[in-house]
This record gives sequence, structure tokens and C-alpha cells, in this order.
Amino acid sequence: MKKIAAILMLTISGLASASSGVHLDSASVDLTDKPSLQRGAKYFVNYCMSCHSAKYMRYSRMARDLGMPDQMVQSNLMFTGEKIFDGMTVSMNPKDSKRWFGTPPPDLSLIARSRGADWLYTYLRGFYQDESRPFGVNNIAFKDVGMPNVLWELQGTQKAVFNDETDSDGIPVKVFDHFEKTTEGTLSTEEFDKAVNDLVGFLEYVGEPGKLERQELGWKVILFLLFFLVIAYALKKEFWKDIH
Amino acid sequence: MSGFVNWIDDRFPMTKVWNDHLAKYYAPKNFNFWYYFGSLAFLVLINQLLTGVWLTMSYKPDAALAFDSVEYIMRDVNWGWLIRYMHSTGASAFFVVVYLHMFRGLIYGSFKKPRELVWTFGMLIFLALMAEAFMGYLLPWGQMSYWGAQVIISLFGAIPYYGEDIALWIRGDFVISDATLNRFFAFHVIAVPLVLVMLVFLHIVALHKVGSNNPDGVEIKKLKDANGVPLDGIAFHPYYSVKDIVGIVVFLIVFCAIMFYVPEMGGYFLEHANFIPADPLKTPEHIAPLWYFTPFYAILRAVPDKFLGVIAMFGAIIVLFIMPWLDRSKVKSIRYRSIVFKIAVAIFVISFMALCYLGMQAATPMNTLLSRVFSISYFGFFLLMPLYGLFDGKKEVPERVTNK
Repeated sequence: MKKIAAILMLTISGLASASSGVHLDSASVDLTDKPSLQRGAKYFVNYCMSCHSAKYMRYSRMARDLGMPDQMVQSNLMFTGEKIFDGMTVSMNPKDSKRWFGTPPPDLSLIARSRGADWLYTYLRGFYQDESRPFGVNNIAFKDVGMPNVLWELQGTQKAVFNDETDSDGIPVKVFDHFEKTTEGTLSTEEFDKAVNDLVGFLEYVGEPGKLERQELGWKVILFLLFFLVIAYALKKEFWKDIH
Repeated sequence: MSGFVNWIDDRFPMTKVWNDHLAKYYAPKNFNFWYYFGSLAFLVLINQLLTGVWLTMSYKPDAALAFDSVEYIMRDVNWGWLIRYMHSTGASAFFVVVYLHMFRGLIYGSFKKPRELVWTFGMLIFLALMAEAFMGYLLPWGQMSYWGAQVIISLFGAIPYYGEDIALWIRGDFVISDATLNRFFAFHVIAVPLVLVMLVFLHIVALHKVGSNNPDGVEIKKLKDANGVPLDGIAFHPYYSVKDIVGIVVFLIVFCAIMFYVPEMGGYFLEHANFIPADPLKTPEHIAPLWYFTPFYAILRAVPDKFLGVIAMFGAIIVLFIMPWLDRSKVKSIRYRSIVFKIAVAIFVISFMALCYLGMQAATPMNTLLSRVFSISYFGFFLLMPLYGLFDGKKEVPERVTNK
């Protein structure tokens, strides 16, 4: 009984925090844009894969789907002697990472399916300076996240500007307004947004590598069914013509 | 050829069964749109059984391997993604067609004498289907699988005195665990499908004994020609077999559009949180059952006392079972019933859909209030049934079907 009550309470409090969540910026993912997905793969391997795995994604499948020769993937995207048909795993020990970050960095194979592309796009661009946090940054989409801003070299640093407002219960709250750049990164804001979009596109691909194949097959099946519908309907008409 | 058929017929009633149930089973000629959903439910059942067999070939019922094996099916098994999406979309489609099939029975009075047992077997199918869906949803071993099962099984803990022991007995452990996954797998792939198939058989045998109802609620067996064929009856095969093919193709177009382009259906068919592996230490932000359970979940949450809530939730299904004995009206079809019944049905439909929506939402004070209002109107629809018949009789029920 207490369990149910606790779960319902958590449900309510969880929703309350979800509903007060920030506005999400829209990513524009195009799974047919192979150069974008290839750049995303490069960012993923260079910036994410020190800690995060994508264990369900095989290098060989990625090479084939993204139009890269196996040799190119082996020499540019694989660093620790895996085989081409291996999954994209990391060698970080979960026990160590739990000590370092508070929680082991999650596998990202399905992150785009559980979080959504827009959330990822907002999250990865949403780190801001906060001295109270262990890594000196907080995140606008994921409050008090245990992850450092690994893209800071590209993005530079920024601080968040909040407005003081009162909520419906009359309690003063800080509402996020906008970011202000404090130091420049190696990419301009537009270039950085584009890079993050590439990365999010890659994660979307990793979430369901067969997505394009699914969409490509779907309309053919439906087209056949429409054609068959004409025949089925004509057959029914023919059989039923003497029923009044 | 006929020699071979005779050889069989001397040993097994092949021609007799074919005639009794298809070629010389006479169904009313005025079936409308609502009469497609029986054959569609059968189609979806076959889909679930076949895709289920092939999923079982690659799925691992093991808490350490289950989630991985589902992704293995999605990525590495040839056409595994298609089989999995056929199964997951099929689960929701099953409830869509079954709810519409039940609604058809409700508005045309197909549950009334002499079809009480057809309805009762149908309700048992519905019950088995809910058990099947609930246990099947644990198998992908995602966060929603885990926590949904946790919430629903702990409901049994609300039973006084023996509750916690019963919940423990169902789980086979103090929490949802590998033991629970294994037994749910056994039930999902063997026990419940067997029961389902047997109940479907009984449902059809009972139906073919009494004959199908129709949108006019007229008994076609009353008026027969010299050969004993009902005047308003036509042979199921070929007339309804060719007609049902049209319905099946239209259904498959909608089914494929969803399966190929929005298999998650925005989180209603495959919940987002279920793409995260089950974690007994991390409760998801928002636990809600899948859409087809939410009307009953909303009723559960509407009652302040947990045990009474569980009773209300099961009561919401029990009232469906006893409907043939609640509705005393002699008139079957909504076409010839009073405005009182029509309004009552409209209120019932609104209540059911509202509860379906509210069961997905957080239990805010406003939502809880609304859930209570719609729970009362849901039960009110059934409990006031004995009275609806008092207003009937103004419209005359025709002798023959009207074919409009």
C-alpha cells in the first residue's frame, strides 16, 4: 500500500517538474543526409564515446548505412582495437564512473527514442556556468545533471539569465530567459548549433538504424493494399449484385 | 476428387463442418460497418500468434538478457523489426477492434437472449486478452514494463489480510524480478494463448448455435423459406467472406500506415520510457498503463480507498458480464429504442473516452474530481439499465431486416 502511495506521489511530483520544464528547441533531423550523419558519428566518437557507449550499434552496420568503407571507419572512428562487427562499447568501468559522476553514464543506443531529438538538441546546447556544481556547469533541460559540458571547446562558455517571476501559488520562481556567451569557442553559435544537430541526427539514426528501410518499405506495402482493395471491392460487388 | 472427400467424410465431418459454419451458415444480409470487427479481431489474433512464435525464437526471458534480446531482434534479426512492430502495433489494434466489437454488441443488443453465452464467452476473451497484454508488456523489460507491473501487482496487496502474500505469490519474489519475468513469459506464450484460442472457439460455436444478430435486432430464423433457409439470411461463404476481405484490406492499410510510419504512436503504443532498461532503483517520472487499460486505471484512482478502488476497477468489468441480465428491454437494436437509451449510450461513450484520457494524466485534484464524475456516469449507465426498457415500445420493430 505504501508502495503504491509512494509511486503515485513520485508520479505527481515527477509530472510537476516535467510540466515546469523549459521550452525545447526543434532539431531538424534528416536521416537521408549522409554527410550530416557522418559528421555526427565523428562528434559522437570524439566527444561522447569516452564515457558513453552505444552498445547495440555495430561499427559494420554504421559503416554500411552511412556509406563509409569499413577501412575508413576502422582508421578514423575506432581507436581501441575492436573488430568491425563489434558494438560501440566503452572500456570505462561502471564502478569508476559511478564514483566520478554519481551515476554511470548511460548507454546512448536508444537515447533518441526515450528522450526525443528536440530534448537532446536543447540539452546539448543548454549547459551554463554554475559554480555550485562539481563540474562548474548546470543544464537548462536537465537540472543538476552529473555530466560536464564536453562540447565546451566548440561552444565556448555561457551563463543563463533568469527572470524573477511568481508562480500560480504566489511563490517567487526563477524563469529562464536566455543565454549570454562569456567566452567564445572554436565554432560560431550557428556552426555549433549545426554540429549539435548533426550529432542529434546520428543519435536518432543509432536509435533505430532500420528506420529508413521501414519508411521505404511502408509506402510500397500500402500501395499494394490500395491496388488489392480495388480488386477486393470489385469481387464483393460481383458476388453481392443479386442480394437486395 | 469426390471419392477422396467421401473417404474423409466417412471418417471426419469435413463437409458438414464446412457447411454448418461457412457455406450454409446463414447470416443476416443487412450487416453494416460495425460487423467487420469480429473478423478483424480474428485476423489480429492470428497476427499476434504468428508474430509471437517468431519473436519467441529470438527473445530471451531472462532479466539480464531480455532488453538486449529485443534490441537484437530490432537490429540484427532479418525482418525482426517488422515482426516486432507487427506484434506491438497488433496489441493496440487488438484492443481497438475488440472495443468496437463490444460496442457493436452493446448498441444492437447482441448480448440479449438468446445470445447471453456468446456475450459471456466474449467477455471471458476480453479478460484473457487483458491478462495477455499485461503480461506481454513486462517482457521487453523496459522501465515502463517493470514499473507498470510493479504498480498493478501491488494492487493485490490491497486485499485485506492476505493481500501482501498474494502479491508475493504472483511475483514469485518481493519485487518484480527474473522469477516474475519467467512466469509471465510462460503465461504469455503458452497458458493464456491456449485459453484465448479455446474461448474464441466456444464464442463461435455459441454464435453459430443461435445465429448472428443484426443492426435491426430482428431474429431472421423466425421466417424461413421452403428449404429452411432464413428469408433474410445469406450464406456466410461466399457473401461475407468476400465482404470481410474488403474490411480486412482497409484495416491493413490503416494498420500498415501506423506500423511503418508511427510505430510508437507518439508514446501510446510504445512508451518512450520503455526504451530505457528496467531499473529497480529508479522510478520513472510518470507511470501510466498503456491506453487500453487507462479507463479502468482512472476508476481505480478515482476511489479514495485503495481496496475499494480495486473493487471498483474489477466492478467496471463485472458490470459488462452481467449486462444481459441488467437490460430488461425486449427491443434489441438502438434503432428502435427510446431516446433515453440513446442518451445513456452517448453518456457512456463520453465517460469511457474521458476515463481513458484521465487514466493517462497525473492525478491532480481537478483530474481526480473529473475521474469521479465519469466513474459515476460509467457505472450509472449499467446500473440504470433495468429502467431503460420502460421507455421503449414507441417505435415498432419490423418483421424483416431493413437493409439500410
